[in-house]
Amino acid sequence: MSAITQSPVEEQVVKKPFLNSSFIRILRYSAVRILTLFVTVVIGIYLTIVIANMGGYVDVIMRGEIRDRVTQMIINNQAYQQMDNETRQQLIQERIAAEEKRVGLDVPIAVRNFRYLKNALVLDLGRSINMTSDSGSKQVRLILLERLPPTLLLMATSQLFLFFSSIFIALNLSRNYGNFWDKLIIALSPSSAVPPWFYGIFLILIFAAGFKILPFGGMVDAPPPPNKFDYALNVLKHLILPGFSLVISAFFLSVYNYRTFFLIYSSEDYVDMARAKGLHAKDIERRYILRPTLPNIITNFALLIITLWTGALFTETVFLWPGLGRTLFQAIGQYDTPIIVGSTIIYAYLLAMTVFILNFVYALVDPRVKIGE
Amino acid sequence: MLNNLRSSFQKILMYPSAIAGISVILFLVVVAIYTMITIPYNEAITLWRGGEEVWYQNPKFAQPAWINYFSTKKYAESFAVDTANAEMQKTVIPGEGGVSTIEMVHEFEFESDVYPQDLILYFDSAFQAKQPFVSIELITPDERTVRIANFVLTGSDYTYRFSQDDKLRTKLRTEDVILALFSMPDSEVPLKGTYKLVMIGSVFEPESTIDAEFVFHGQVFGLAGTDHARRDLTLPLLWGVPVALAFGLMAAIGTSVMTMIIAAIGTWYGGWVDELIQRITEINLVLPFFALLIMIGTFYSRSIWVILSATILLSIFTGGILGFRAVFLQVKQSMYIEAAKAYGASNMRIIFKYLIPRMIPLLIPGLVQSVPAFVFLEASLAVIGLGDPVLPTWGKIIQDANSNGALYKGYYYWVLEPAALLIITGLAFAVLGFALDRIFNPRLRDA
Repeated sequence: MSAITQSPVEEQVVKKPFLNSSFIRILRYSAVRILTLFVTVVIGIYLTIVIANMGGYVDVIMRGEIRDRVTQMIINNQAYQQMDNETRQQLIQERIAAEEKRVGLDVPIAVRNFRYLKNALVLDLGRSINMTSDSGSKQVRLILLERLPPTLLLMATSQLFLFFSSIFIALNLSRNYGNFWDKLIIALSPSSAVPPWFYGIFLILIFAAGFKILPFGGMVDAPPPPNKFDYALNVLKHLILPGFSLVISAFFLSVYNYRTFFLIYSSEDYVDMARAKGLHAKDIERRYILRPTLPNIITNFALLIITLWTGALFTETVFLWPGLGRTLFQAIGQYDTPIIVGSTIIYAYLLAMTVFILNFVYALVDPRVKIGE
Repeated sequence: MLNNLRSSFQKILMYPSAIAGISVILFLVVVAIYTMITIPYNEAITLWRGGEEVWYQNPKFAQPAWINYFSTKKYAESFAVDTANAEMQKTVIPGEGGVSTIEMVHEFEFESDVYPQDLILYFDSAFQAKQPFVSIELITPDERTVRIANFVLTGSDYTYRFSQDDKLRTKLRTEDVILALFSMPDSEVPLKGTYKLVMIGSVFEPESTIDAEFVFHGQVFGLAGTDHARRDLTLPLLWGVPVALAFGLMAAIGTSVMTMIIAAIGTWYGGWVDELIQRITEINLVLPFFALLIMIGTFYSRSIWVILSATILLSIFTGGILGFRAVFLQVKQSMYIEAAKAYGASNMRIIFKYLIPRMIPLLIPGLVQSVPAFVFLEASLAVIGLGDPVLPTWGKIIQDANSNGALYKGYYYWVLEPAALLIITGLAFAVLGFALDRIFNPRLRDA
C-alpha cells in the first residue's frame, strides 16, 4: 500500500494527457506492483516452507510413515511369505529407499526447500498423505480447490452483508448521533472482542440444540436434496448460523468505527457549506461525506477480509463447514503435511490478491490517488 | 508528562464501564494468585493428567450441584465414604478361632428425581491364606431388604460395581440395576428416603481385616461439575485464570512494546532501515497468521511459551507499525527533538527518552484492547486441539466438550462455564480499553 502516492491536486493540467500515456502508466504500475507483490509472496511462501520443514521434523514423520507402510505391505503380501527373513529385510530396505526417492527425501534439505518452493509457486502442491478429495483424488491442489468454493460462499455472503449493513446503519447513526441506538451501539462495540466461532457455539446451543430449527453444522443435509432449487435452499439454511456468527462478531465495532469516521468527516467545513446551500441531506451524505471516507472504509474492509480469510478456520471447524479452514484442521489431526503447507500457500496467494486488488479499488474511488505516479 | 498521565487515569472514574472492567480484572488477578498458591503448578498438572486412580470418586458428565436450585427435577449429589477414616461406621465382632465378623453400615438420604449413575465398593483387605468373605444388603426406605451380592475377596484390592453385576441383574429381573434398586418394586419412580447399605464381612485369620470405601456416583458434582474423565472442572476453570491472564497480557505487552520500539527506530533512522521494516510488514501481511501458528503447533511444540513467542513475533509487523510510524514522523519534527539533537543526545537516547514516552497515551488503550484477542487466541488454538498438552485451560475444557459432543448430548454446563469466564475476561479488558481510548484520544469522545 505504501506504493500509493497521495498527491494533492496541485497542477491543473491544461491539456488532457493522451489516453495512451495514462494506459501505459497504469500498465507499468501494475507490472511493478505485481512484481513486488510476487516477490513478497515468494518470500512469504519460502518462509512458510522453511517453518514447515525446519529441522527436518516433517521428514522424520514421513520416513516413519513410509517405513511402516512398506513393511506392512511386504509382510502382508502372500507372494513374499515363502522368502527367508534376510531377503525379505533386504527387500523392505530397497522398497523404502525407492519410496523415499520418489517422495524426494534423498536430496539435502536446502535443495528440497527450493524445489518445494518452485512447485508451490506453480500450485503443484504434491500429493496428500492420507486425505482424499470427494472425487477420490490425492492431489493436494484438487483437494484444496474443491474446498475453496464453500469458503468463498461463506466469506462472501457474510462479509458483503456485514459491509453494506454496517455502513448503512453507521450513516443513519451519524445523522442523529447521541440518541438511544447510537449509545447502544457504542455500549455493544466491545463485544467484538469475542471471535466468531465463540458466538457460533452459542448460536448452535440456542438454534440447533435448543429450538432445533437450524442444523448443527455441515453444508447440506445427508443425503443432499436431489433438485437444484431444494439444494440451494438447504445450503442457505446451513449457511445462516456460520454466516451470522461471522457477521455478529464484527458488526458492532465495525458500525462504531464507520460512524466515528462519518462524524469526523461531517464536521468538515465543506459539509457545513453544503448544508448552508440547502442541499438535500441525502446528497450531502452521498457526495460530501461518503465519498471522501471511501478510501478509509475500503482499507478497513480489506484488512477485515485479510484477518477473516485465515480466521474463518475456527468458525468452519465449529460448524463442520467443508471449506479450506476445516480441511486445514483435519490435516493437522492427520499430520498431513502437504495439505497444511498447501493451504498455507493458498492463503498466502489469496491475501496477496486482496492487497493487489485493493490498490486498484483505491484509485477508482479516490481521484486524489493516481496509480503509478 | 506524568501529571498528564495521572489526570488521564483519574478520568477513568467518570466511566462506570471502565470501573466495572477494572474490578473484574482485579478480581481475576486475585483468583489467579489464590489458585497458584492453593494448587501449585505441579499438583495441578498431576491432577489434570490423572486418570481413574485420581478421580474414581467422581461421576462422569455430572452437572454442577447448584443446578438443583434452578431445576424442578432434583439430581442426586455424589459422595464417597471410607471406613479407613471413620466416615463409614465399622464394628468388629470377634469370634472363635480367629474368625471374626466385620459389620460396615452406611445410611444415606436419597431425595432426587433422577437415578444415580452408579454405586461402587472398593474393598481393601489384609489376609495371609484364607480369603475373607463379604455379603452386601441394601435396606430401602420402605423396609425391604435387597440382597445385593455375596463374594470372596480374592485379592487385597477388590472392586464391586453394582451396575455391572449380571447376577444381580437376573435376580432383580431388570436391565438397569440402579433403577431397580432405587424404585418401588415394579415401577419406574424413584423412591425417596433413607437407604441403608449393610456389608457383613467374615475374616478367618486373627490378623485379617477389611476396609471398604463406598462411592456413590450421583448426577451432579461440586461447583463446576465433571467431564468425561471424571475430572472436577473447578481445577481447569481456576487454572485457566492465570494462564489466560498471563498469555493475554504478555502477548499484548510484548507485541505493542516491540511494535512501538521498531516503529520508533525505523522512523528515527529512516532510509533503508525504514524501508526494510515496511517491506517486512508487507511480507508479514501475506503470511497467514493462524495457518503458521497451527504449523508451529503441529510440527514443533504445543507448549504455551513457544506459541506465545510465535504469536508475538508474527504480530509485531502488522498494521500497528504503520499507525505508530505516522505519529512518530510528526513527533520527529518537534522542537524538543531538535533541541536534543543540538545538545548532542545519542540516537538511542532520543528514541527511548524522547520519542517513545510521547507514544504512551497511544500505546496504553491499544495494548489493553488487544488483550482479549490474545486470550481468545489461546482458547481458539486449544479448541482445534493445539492447546498446551499439559496445562489445564479454558480452551481445553471447550475442546474436550466439543470432541465429546457436549452440545449434541446436552452437557451445556461443560461449554457454558469456560465460555462465560472467557467472555467475562475478554469483555473486562475490551470495556476498559475502550474507555481508555476515549480518554487518551479525546477527539473520539465528542464524536
